[in-house]
Amino acid sequence: MSDAIDIRRVVKRYGTFTALHGVSLTIRDNEFFTLLGPSGCGKTTLLRMIAGFEDVTQGEILLFGQNIAGLEPDRRPVNTVFQNYALFPHMSVLDNVAFGLKMKGMAAETRRARAGKMLEMVHLSAFADRLPAQLSGGQQQRVALARALAPEPRVLLLDEPLSALDLKLRQAMRVELKQLQEDTGITFIFVTHDQEEALTMSDRIAVMSAGHVQQIGSAREIYEAPVNRFVADFIGETNLLEVDIVSVAAGTARVTLPGGHPLTCPSATDSLGKHALSIRPERLSLVAEGGDLDVTVERVVYLGTDLQLLTRLQGGMEMHVRIQNSARVTVPKVGDRVGLRIEEGAARLLAD
Amino acid sequence: MKGVRHYPGFLAITILCLVVLYAPLLVIMAYSFNGSTSITTWGGFSLHWYVDVFTGAEAARFGQAAWNSLTIAIIAATASTAIATAAAVAMIRGGTFRGKRATFALINMPLMVPEIVTAVATLIFFAMIGLTTGYLTILIAHITFCIPFAYLPIAARLQGIEGHYEQAARDLYASRWQAFRLILLPLMAPGVVSGYLLAFIISLDDFIITNFVKGAGMETLPTAIFGSVKQGIKPNIMAISTLMLVVSILFVTLSYLINRKGRRAP
Repeated sequence: MSDAIDIRRVVKRYGTFTALHGVSLTIRDNEFFTLLGPSGCGKTTLLRMIAGFEDVTQGEILLFGQNIAGLEPDRRPVNTVFQNYALFPHMSVLDNVAFGLKMKGMAAETRRARAGKMLEMVHLSAFADRLPAQLSGGQQQRVALARALAPEPRVLLLDEPLSALDLKLRQAMRVELKQLQEDTGITFIFVTHDQEEALTMSDRIAVMSAGHVQQIGSAREIYEAPVNRFVADFIGETNLLEVDIVSVAAGTARVTLPGGHPLTCPSATDSLGKHALSIRPERLSLVAEGGDLDVTVERVVYLGTDLQLLTRLQGGMEMHVRIQNSARVTVPKVGDRVGLRIEEGAARLLAD
Repeated sequence: MKGVRHYPGFLAITILCLVVLYAPLLVIMAYSFNGSTSITTWGGFSLHWYVDVFTGAEAARFGQAAWNSLTIAIIAATASTAIATAAAVAMIRGGTFRGKRATFALINMPLMVPEIVTAVATLIFFAMIGLTTGYLTILIAHITFCIPFAYLPIAARLQGIEGHYEQAARDLYASRWQAFRLILLPLMAPGVVSGYLLAFIISLDDFIITNFVKGAGMETLPTAIFGSVKQGIKPNIMAISTLMLVVSILFVTLSYLINRKGRRAP
């Protein structure tokens, strides 16, 4: 597989503030790639640099092998879906979608036909003659998508495009976006702060924080094998325990859990001493005896499909447990002392 | 909370203000339809003085002056609006640059400088560079002092337009010029039209600066009216004044309506 985008040690400074500290990453062709991180992590800056709206302070950005750092936005074969859509308010929906084609010099008839096809693809053929202001948020979102895809860009950039939609629509659009990406075969670069969005759609995810890439990997890799505290904490919910590493060998480590039980688990580090152990709440189960951890139940929260238990270790650390809500489960009561078993291989030592 | 109507003296002050502001205008408008040659006694309704404006002894003089005023106002409004539009785009879309505050002050300074000072200074300037006063000097002066008036509504409108539209256009392969012409200009059009109309009215009404830089024999409508009044007020002046007032009100209303319509659309 060839690389669509190769970002090499890119630095972005605004005066004395550094937004990106030498970011390097590679995005493959035909990939749904997500830049995930909290606001201010530099993900949008990186996207805007690829689009050409921000200068590169240092480093280079290669688009299919060509350095595009100095190119104006209209010279780059990439299109953007903006966060607030930025549909031209004085043009009809059809003219909006045809705009990029017009600028590329396509004849009026051909571009109208193609724009019509794009609207068909996003199920908005009936709205071709309306103005953007006459559409709902979800419809505007689809028009923005059709407009950006119409000129057949090599890479599509999406800047938090779902954040303005309500939950139901957002969930439906996730599926649709992924489907669209697979159908068109265009490389999608998706920026979001919503980890659920990132997990459901992406082939690969780059988790960013404070201008650094923390980890790059598939949804499963990032969720199940986070490399550090930031990633473990930012993606989903996790319990972080301070433990002592007793010995290390070939990617695994033996540790002593609070309460004295020993545990062998995969490790992102090979140094000894105190480290953070990450355990996902749904990878813990309640056992009558022979548990790895002994806790006291402090609160039981009913979530419908699941039950969330807030428990506490003897040392005072909180442990969150999530169990499926089914008839077979005996729900513990507040104040009960129970054992927790960690699923085989589910606890993971973090590098920092 | 009590409404403003309940403040003591509200009604009296309001009536006083309205009378001082508008009673003279109403008197002029009423007496422009006066049938007698006196400007103080009512001699019945007549359109005599309006006919006199277009066919009387002074008709040729006023006709030429009106023509000068109109052409100067059109050219000055067009030129100053073009300059003000460029200035507004540079100020609001040009990012930060050194001397931005100073530039803003320079653009708007003519609004603060006493008009008589501008008039004297402009006359001296034309004399120094050896430009003979006449139609051209009036035009140059009008273009100059109309810029800040055109700038204000244009800049206000542009401030309300998000930068995303131009970025989207650039992203969709539009050049800088295309993004301006096809996206930004149509979006800021209500502000531009409003600025144009305001500049037009300011130019049409100007007396002080025009009177200084017009040179001998050259008249605009305001200077012609002033010249005529110096020899005693005749009712035909009231008719001309009323006509000018109607044109002014028409343009200001138009400017207001266009601006409001633009603000309601995105």
